[in-house]
Amino acid sequence: MKYDTPLEAVGNTPLVGLPRLSASIDGNEAGAVRLWAKLEDRNPTGSIKDRPALHMIEQAEADGRLTPGCTVLEPTSGNTGISLAMAAKLKGYRMVCVMPENTSEERRELLRMWGAEVIPSPAAGGSNTAVRVAKELAAEHPDWVMLYQYGNPDNAGAHYAGTGPEILADLPSVTHFVAGLGTTGTLMGVGRFLREKVPGITIVAAEPRYDDLVYGLRNLDEGFVPELYDASVLSTRFSVGSADAVRGTRDLLQQEGIFAGVSTGAILHAALGVGRKAAKAGERADIVFVVADGGWKYLSTGIYTAASTEDAVEALQGQLWA
Amino acid sequence: MAIEVRIPTILRTYTDGAKAVEGNGATLDALFADLDARHPGIRARLVDAGQLRRFVNVYLNDEDVRFLDGINTALGENDAVTILPAVAGGSV
Repeated sequence: MKYDTPLEAVGNTPLVGLPRLSASIDGNEAGAVRLWAKLEDRNPTGSIKDRPALHMIEQAEADGRLTPGCTVLEPTSGNTGISLAMAAKLKGYRMVCVMPENTSEERRELLRMWGAEVIPSPAAGGSNTAVRVAKELAAEHPDWVMLYQYGNPDNAGAHYAGTGPEILADLPSVTHFVAGLGTTGTLMGVGRFLREKVPGITIVAAEPRYDDLVYGLRNLDEGFVPELYDASVLSTRFSVGSADAVRGTRDLLQQEGIFAGVSTGAILHAALGVGRKAAKAGERADIVFVVADGGWKYLSTGIYTAASTEDAVEALQGQLWA
Repeated sequence: MAIEVRIPTILRTYTDGAKAVEGNGATLDALFADLDARHPGIRARLVDAGQLRRFVNVYLNDEDVRFLDGINTALGENDAVTILPAVAGGSV
């Protein structure tokens, strides 16, 4: 494949079958349940967020919200900021990211590498607090442009126009789509597209569930639902704890050789959950799940080489991994 | 038919600090009644007017029961139930 510029290389990622993990599903001896991984780590900056970041920037340019010399502001736990920073650098914008302080050092280093300024937000409240801090900054600097991935329809639009059609073209027999629930953009965009095209499609969300250490810091009144979220697009929702996310990440590496980030382990856990249900019900299933990013940014946690899943979970204590 | 029930910190006052307890029941509703027999008061924190309370999320094998059959969700052997207070991206 040849592209004229690096930014044009966003999307058109491989969809790969996972025969070993599929065979590991209880009751799937006949092989009627198949798992497929959409390798979004193959995007230019290494994550699925290149899609919404580029689409949000280009739509904002098209309607005149973004003009040369503008400052772009975004609350991000990492990947969207990295994607926006790369696009901003190539297109000549200044980039300011608000990021929770309890995210990995690699993420901050990557943002700095692309020339972004990083404003840390308190660990308490995680991404919710980053959103609040970014909204305050946006109010103080009315000339800054906050693309705001949590409420920008072009976030979901990138997946409606790209990720969804790619999946359907590669696998017309798709029965389930599984992705992480953060901004909800991937699930809303791909979910809406597939619901229009594939009768009976099951759209599955995997949400991170942090340990008590992180929860303990949260204010229960702080529950934040992204403006993009529409529950009617989803068929079901899984809540995945750190241990299962880490186990999934390690299984993906050990059994299929796919080196993915921790949120992908959580998504795989949910995909295996719906796979087991399909196998138990004797139904055929082609389950597509998203590999949101590669494991590079999480290497310093030690989870890939820890002696046991328990040791790996211990290594991840207190960190935001999605 | 023992079902493992994971208890959030905020409700461990009812379980003598236990992070997980065992219970029985063919449905979630029956399980909560069974739990209340040994941990009096816990059901009222989870159920209101016969429905799950708004700011409580309950998961069967990590799947949100609101997308299954809610409080009438059927339970089976070796199932695991997780109770969580609703936070980011919670119940609405």
